Amino acid sequence: MKPEELEVKAAAELAKQQAFDVRLFACSSRGCQSSEALGVIAGLKAEIKARQLGAKVQVNGSGCMGLCSKGPLVRMTSKTQKDILFSEIKPEMAATVVEQVVVPVLEGKKIEKPGGDLERHTLDLNDPFFAMQVYSVLENNGKMDPEKLDDYIARDGYKALRKALGMSAEEICKEMLASGLRGRGGAGFPTGLKWDLTRKVQSVIKYIICNGDEGDPGAFMDGSVLEGDPHAVIEGMLIAARAMNATHGVFYIRAEYPLAVERVEKALRQARAAGLVGKNVLDSGWAFDFEMRLGAGAFVCGEETALIASIEGKRGTPRPRPPFPAAKGLWDQPSCINNVETLANVPSILLKGAKWFASRGTEKSKGTKLFALTGKSKNNGLVEVPMGMTLRDVIEKIGGGTDSGLKIKAIQTGGPSGGMIPEHQFDTPVSYENLQQLGSMMGSGGMIVIDENDSVVELAQFYLDFCVDESCGKCAPCRIGGTQMLHLLTKIVEGKGRAEDIKTIRKVAKAMQKASLCALGQTAPNPTLSAIRHFEHEFTERLLPAATPQA
Amino acid sequence: MKVVAPKAAAEPKDEITLIANKWKMKRGSLIMALHDLQSRVGYVPRESAMKLGRELGVPLARIYEVVTFYNYFKLEAPGKYVISVCLGTACHIKGSAELLAGMEKELNIKEGQSTPDKEYHLQAVRCLGCCGLAPLVSVNGKVYAKLKTGESHHVIERIQIDKPMAVANADDLAE
Repeated sequence: MKPEELEVKAAAELAKQQAFDVRLFACSSRGCQSSEALGVIAGLKAEIKARQLGAKVQVNGSGCMGLCSKGPLVRMTSKTQKDILFSEIKPEMAATVVEQVVVPVLEGKKIEKPGGDLERHTLDLNDPFFAMQVYSVLENNGKMDPEKLDDYIARDGYKALRKALGMSAEEICKEMLASGLRGRGGAGFPTGLKWDLTRKVQSVIKYIICNGDEGDPGAFMDGSVLEGDPHAVIEGMLIAARAMNATHGVFYIRAEYPLAVERVEKALRQARAAGLVGKNVLDSGWAFDFEMRLGAGAFVCGEETALIASIEGKRGTPRPRPPFPAAKGLWDQPSCINNVETLANVPSILLKGAKWFASRGTEKSKGTKLFALTGKSKNNGLVEVPMGMTLRDVIEKIGGGTDSGLKIKAIQTGGPSGGMIPEHQFDTPVSYENLQQLGSMMGSGGMIVIDENDSVVELAQFYLDFCVDESCGKCAPCRIGGTQMLHLLTKIVEGKGRAEDIKTIRKVAKAMQKASLCALGQTAPNPTLSAIRHFEHEFTERLLPAATPQA
Repeated sequence: MKVVAPKAAAEPKDEITLIANKWKMKRGSLIMALHDLQSRVGYVPRESAMKLGRELGVPLARIYEVVTFYNYFKLEAPGKYVISVCLGTACHIKGSAELLAGMEKELNIKEGQSTPDKEYHLQAVRCLGCCGLAPLVSVNGKVYAKLKTGESHHVIERIQIDKPMAVANADDLAE
């Protein structure tokens, strides 16, 4: 494809879309698919066909629209009226949707809120859950079909790649650095700097790797992005490749996300066929292609050196750094590993400019962040908020408090590597630094809400048990320390602990933090330590009375 | 959507050769080849691992080193219907441990085991990424969501109702 053809394609697709009076988008992501979303799509299509409305109404699949607990979601857009978002639509309701809403809208009626059976299946788009989110990475979700390349191109897709092809590698790195984008995998290393470090290494072969191994239990942002907007991640990787003169791209996606793998593979095939990936990218003479590698259920493979080992077909054990992957990565060649969400941010930064991106967020944390809001939260799902929004706004306004009406005790961010943040600290604005200061971390974006009936001791045990199970066993502090800590914590959970056990836990934790080889072991004590820090009474309440003789 | 059973556990002889041919020219592709094998057979049988190793030129010890490291790979034939109870954090908070215990009782097996008739295999998994629908179980890829912790017997009933007539298509090897 020649660069100018992008515009032609985009214009043609837009004209095609505008010919429809009504467009329906039914979420076809993993969560909604499990609630028969594909049946809903088929049902809508059949109904439209039966009524011979095919020329006026288009039915599409779509990426995640956020409120996963109310899926399948269906969005209706029309030229003549405001969008309507339906929730918990079953396949057998497709006919009702068409009859009671689509047909009247086609007849020129304005529908504020559908009545009858559909009333309780309609979501208020002015609800804080939607109104307070700021969509950037999720901008395309609910507005295009992730399986159609032309849809993506019509929404300015691959325009940023075109721009990047006219820039030098150094210029792209500078733009990324100026934007202030930091790694969304959780550690928050400046993306522009990472790219620039890799760019400066001279090598014939260089790899750009997409880390889609989202192993944090309770987090599903990256999977949702890969499913909902695979071309954005591919475009982000192509731009990253230009920025560091990378020669090969690798997707590493966990095998537990078959739909994400399928969508990325399909998107790659489309991009190859269109000349956006392959021997002659956008007719520039530059050749670049991707390989797909699947994870196999090992949390530690999110760590970059372990991930590299896994791509090489070995056990996913980390190795000491330096040398960093920028110098010696996959097959000992310079490599850059970026998280899915980080890469998905790239095209819009390049297209709209570093300033636009940096206009959102705090001084050191720019842009938006995705969170997977789950647990006891009333609204469960995928949310995108600007950095700097307070945790309270995220949890109480967007999340809507708890479903049960019980008081929120705390949240856990950062998964097994993060920590608990008690309710009285919810007025903190979201940023890498702030969350770290609170003894947690940004992590990839899991945000688990727990209420007053939940035990933080047991939650800490759950996370520690996870880390012990997932420890690769290579270094002693993580392997032995984790097991010992879990042993002590279990003793406390079972009501057999003593005051000195809490002290010992703290000591072992310190050794693990200092001496573990990789981030898994270094951060594994975090949930327990933060639980002790904020809720020590919950631990002491479970201890044996001091006078009880030794068993 | 129906719960789909994997193909019968006996693999045609040359299937391994096909898998090996697909991957042997690609560096570091052992894990991918094992994925292909398991998605066809449901687990990694020793004989298949030996044959795959010979064809790929990888020692058996290396294969076992990898297979035993990653949770995803199974060394024994699972039951026909693999019930995966999600124990991710969101599901944990909503009582998945109780759900799993109920399933164990209902099927009279422990987590990680198959029923003697090889009909069901019960396993715990880390996170299926449908956290908004917690707690949930997945059966051969089909998800049963927003379960009540005490309704394990309902889940088994629903699986029985959903059991299909059809057999899953084998993945396309030609790539």
